[in-house]
Amino acid sequence: MLEVIAFSLLNGLLYGMLLFMLSSGLTLIFGMMGVLNFAHASFYMLGAYFAYTMGLYTGFWVALFLAPVLVALLGAMVERYGLRRVHQHGHVPELLFTFGLAYVIEELVRLFWGNIPMNYRMPEALNFPLFTLFGTSYPAFRVFMLVVAVVMFVGLYLLLKKTRAGLIIQGSLSRPDIVSALGHNVPQAFMWVFAFGTGLAALGGVIGGIHFVTEPGMAFMMGPIVFVVVVLGGLGSIQGALIASILIGVLQTFALSVDWSLAALGAYFGYAVPPDHFFATLWYMDSTRLAPILPYILLVLMLIFRPRGLMGKRET
Amino acid sequence: MSARTALALKGVTKNFGRAEIIRGVDLEIRENERHVVIGPNGAGKSTLFHLISGRLQASSGSIQLFGREIDGLPPHRINRMGLSRSFQVTNLFQNMTVMENLRCALLWSQGHKYAFWKRVTSQQGVTQRAEELLERLHLSEKRDVPASLLSYAEQRALEIGATIASGAQVLLLDEPTAGMSRTEADDMVELIREITTDCTLVLVEHDLGVVFNLADRISVLVYGEIIASDTPEAVRANAAVQEAYLGTEAH
Amino acid sequence: MNTTQERVAAGPNASAAVWAQRLWPWVLGAGVVVVMPVIFTSSYAITLMSHMGVMIVFALSYNMLLGNTGLLSFGHAVYFGLGAYTAMHVLRYIQATGFGLPIELIPLVGALAGLFFGIIFGSVSTRRAGVVFAMISLGIGEMVHASAHIFTGFFGGEAGLFGNRTVPSSLFGVDYGPGIAVYYLVMVWTLLAAVAMYLLRQTPLGWMANAVRDNPERAQFVGYSPQMVRFFQFALAATFAGLAGGLYVLVDEIVTDETVGMIQSGTVLLSAYIGGIGSFFGPVLGAILVVFLEGELSDITDAWLLYFGLLFVLVVMFAPQGIFGVLTQQFFAWRAGSWRGSLGPRLYGVASLVVAAIGVVAVIEMAYHYFRHWNPAEPMALFIFEVTVTGPMPWAVALTVAVAGLAAYVGHARPMLRRAMGGGGR
Ligand SMILES: Nc1ncnc2c1ncn2[C@@H]1O[C@H](COP(=O)(O)OP(=O)(O)O)[C@@H](O)[C@H]1O
Ligand SMILES: [Mg+2]
Repeated sequence: MLEVIAFSLLNGLLYGMLLFMLSSGLTLIFGMMGVLNFAHASFYMLGAYFAYTMGLYTGFWVALFLAPVLVALLGAMVERYGLRRVHQHGHVPELLFTFGLAYVIEELVRLFWGNIPMNYRMPEALNFPLFTLFGTSYPAFRVFMLVVAVVMFVGLYLLLKKTRAGLIIQGSLSRPDIVSALGHNVPQAFMWVFAFGTGLAALGGVIGGIHFVTEPGMAFMMGPIVFVVVVLGGLGSIQGALIASILIGVLQTFALSVDWSLAALGAYFGYAVPPDHFFATLWYMDSTRLAPILPYILLVLMLIFRPRGLMGKRET
Repeated sequence: MSARTALALKGVTKNFGRAEIIRGVDLEIRENERHVVIGPNGAGKSTLFHLISGRLQASSGSIQLFGREIDGLPPHRINRMGLSRSFQVTNLFQNMTVMENLRCALLWSQGHKYAFWKRVTSQQGVTQRAEELLERLHLSEKRDVPASLLSYAEQRALEIGATIASGAQVLLLDEPTAGMSRTEADDMVELIREITTDCTLVLVEHDLGVVFNLADRISVLVYGEIIASDTPEAVRANAAVQEAYLGTEAH
Repeated sequence: MNTTQERVAAGPNASAAVWAQRLWPWVLGAGVVVVMPVIFTSSYAITLMSHMGVMIVFALSYNMLLGNTGLLSFGHAVYFGLGAYTAMHVLRYIQATGFGLPIELIPLVGALAGLFFGIIFGSVSTRRAGVVFAMISLGIGEMVHASAHIFTGFFGGEAGLFGNRTVPSSLFGVDYGPGIAVYYLVMVWTLLAAVAMYLLRQTPLGWMANAVRDNPERAQFVGYSPQMVRFFQFALAATFAGLAGGLYVLVDEIVTDETVGMIQSGTVLLSAYIGGIGSFFGPVLGAILVVFLEGELSDITDAWLLYFGLLFVLVVMFAPQGIFGVLTQQFFAWRAGSWRGSLGPRLYGVASLVVAAIGVVAVIEMAYHYFRHWNPAEPMALFIFEVTVTGPMPWAVALTVAVAGLAAYVGHARPMLRRAMGGGGR
């Protein structure tokens, strides 16, 4: 039991940090620009595919740095030539634009790389068990993922706390009117924030593509979860995104690894619902099957009872 | 003048962050009185209106409308209790025509609520009242013009029209004549006088001619505090008011 | 809510001319409905047109949210799908027990289910508009879709649920075995639903929905709770979505979890928006177009989803009023005589864009052949040509055509058009 808990915690933390790589960028973009980027997970996917293809020529370590930069530049172009144009019509068209963009990116990925999963593997240098816990070895690559995520978090933290631009960005998360303090070139600032956010997502993709599977459906798999995370954490709040990411990560991992159901709980108290009862399906449902909807139940509950999220400072 | 109290504010305060904008306002407005609030720019007059009408919530204190507590209620509830307001910055349904704006302002008070089984344009009561208002506002010719295409003065007139349409017992008008020419303003004041013969009016106004001509009582708001609330004569004679306001602003 | 309508609506004693003006689109619509199956008789075409009817109701119901109330939903398929599932369960119940609900009324079951779930989910999601509403709708959509894999009793698991539409009795003694009979049934419901949704726009609720969309604050100060207005609109929209789901069951006789899924929600959003959310008939056009493209384009090219996405993005960027909006704009401009003197530049502009589009399509098609075909060196048919995409020539030509068309439009046709129209927009 202890073993399961320890591994679930570790894996949950890992998954949570991966979620954080995506959600931090998304929440940053939203906080600054008011744009909820529906295509955010698509940039995550592009990160994975770019890193895979680049890695074939340059090796993993160069791709780890180059792919996010490339995706960030792409993000800058999307902002400059697409989003900025619809910005004048308001936030709903912006959301629609990114929604359409997600479609287009997925189809383009299918076009260039095909429908089948890529053979995107971890570099040999990281392909060894780092330590052994309860007799089970833990792969070095997972620890590496954790390190990247932590480095990114620290970097983001320093950027936001210690630089002038960061302070203004932070301020504008809670008071959008402060954005004008960036000087008169607000559009350009938006462009770079958008690029930066998509770059972070791509970094998540470079790693997540190895950890999970690199295939065209990965964006639509990840996208809704990331939305859940940023809404739970509070739109525009980086700390909230971190907490919510880890929460969701751990929760989902636990639901998957711990075989648990209401019936088990009921049995503990010596109570059972008859098998032909109306609620029997729910009662005997084990948690592994409930795992996929847990985040959404959390989301809906949160929006009902605390719409600004865990750490959100303002309502939208 | 009736003895009933239409609006009563007790110890109302409002902070925006650390800035205290309304600092303990006590105010009693009797039924059917025309009450004018004056004060320098930034004194908090509009904020006070926002508090009364439910657009903002007071930080502390109590606001009562005909003896019922309204602080904390959403604006539409307060509106249904008989309080209607206009905005200093024109706030209309910009895509709708003049007639449509007036009809929208009438629907609730004419009891149509959220009905989805009858057509708006078949409601004779609404149409009639809207036509009357059009006449009164001198907007008949602009009947089918979208609000966004009206001139400034016409937009102001429509703003007032939408406010008074429902026949509310208490009206809050925030600078209805601001930015108007002399004749337009006179026209507006005449209209306001006409429609407020049997309702309570609270008005923010800068033109002192209008103020003394229209008001039954005047309150002077300076830096979020009421420094005087009395008849026009008494306010004119009040030394504190003269120092704080009239002395510097009177033309 | 437009001004012509305002003038037209003069009450019960309106003249015959007024009635004619009010009714002609509906009469025309009914005429088209009757004539179409006479022209296109294949069972494939009949089914396609039945699907169009279903999608029209669905898209119109979606526009009650997006167009009329300003609520952007990413989960409208929930009500469509749950309506469909409920209708399917009733159909199967009739099959099993011989319970006497006639088939013509089964769509109403879907509508009731839509209403039921619309009330439940609407009460939690309509507190807010804007981005928060969009997020909740997405969350609920994902939740219901994920539930489909969990509650397999209701959702029928991977395979979905089947039914047989010929089992229930008919009110009019019609045999609904042949697709044509179902087509007419669907169309009758489509017309009824469309008229109902059209009339709903003219009610106090419909007006206030527009008011709340444009200025929720002012709506509050005339006594309306924006939340309640949104809620009522939402529940009604869900009802019509459920109706569409019920119709879908009659056409396809199978329901799978895709009907509640994100893709279905996305399709209805695309249909309504591409058609144009600013007018009543926009979503109708969009629904017809999208179903047609889904059915036809997917046979012709692998790239159809890409074209779809690109079309949507282009509409969002350059024609937020939608295709129907553009058409009506042009029509009114033409009637007002503002085409005169600018006809040449207009045609030139359209021609240059068409040339650009041909170039882009050629590039995309060749790309699909190059990357997706098992043997890219095999010659492919492109329009009327036969090309081999492993050589540089076809690429150079296609790219040149695309760039030239675009350059002609941006650099020459558009400025010319602007000049001809006196500095105005397009
Ligand atoms: N939402 C707000 N946040 C912060 N300060 C505000 C806000 N609204 C008004 N204020 C401040 O409150 C003061 C009073 O404003 P207002 O009530 O509009 O004055 P008046 O109508 O008397 O000219 C002003 O100094 C203004 O800057
Ligand atoms: Mg003011």
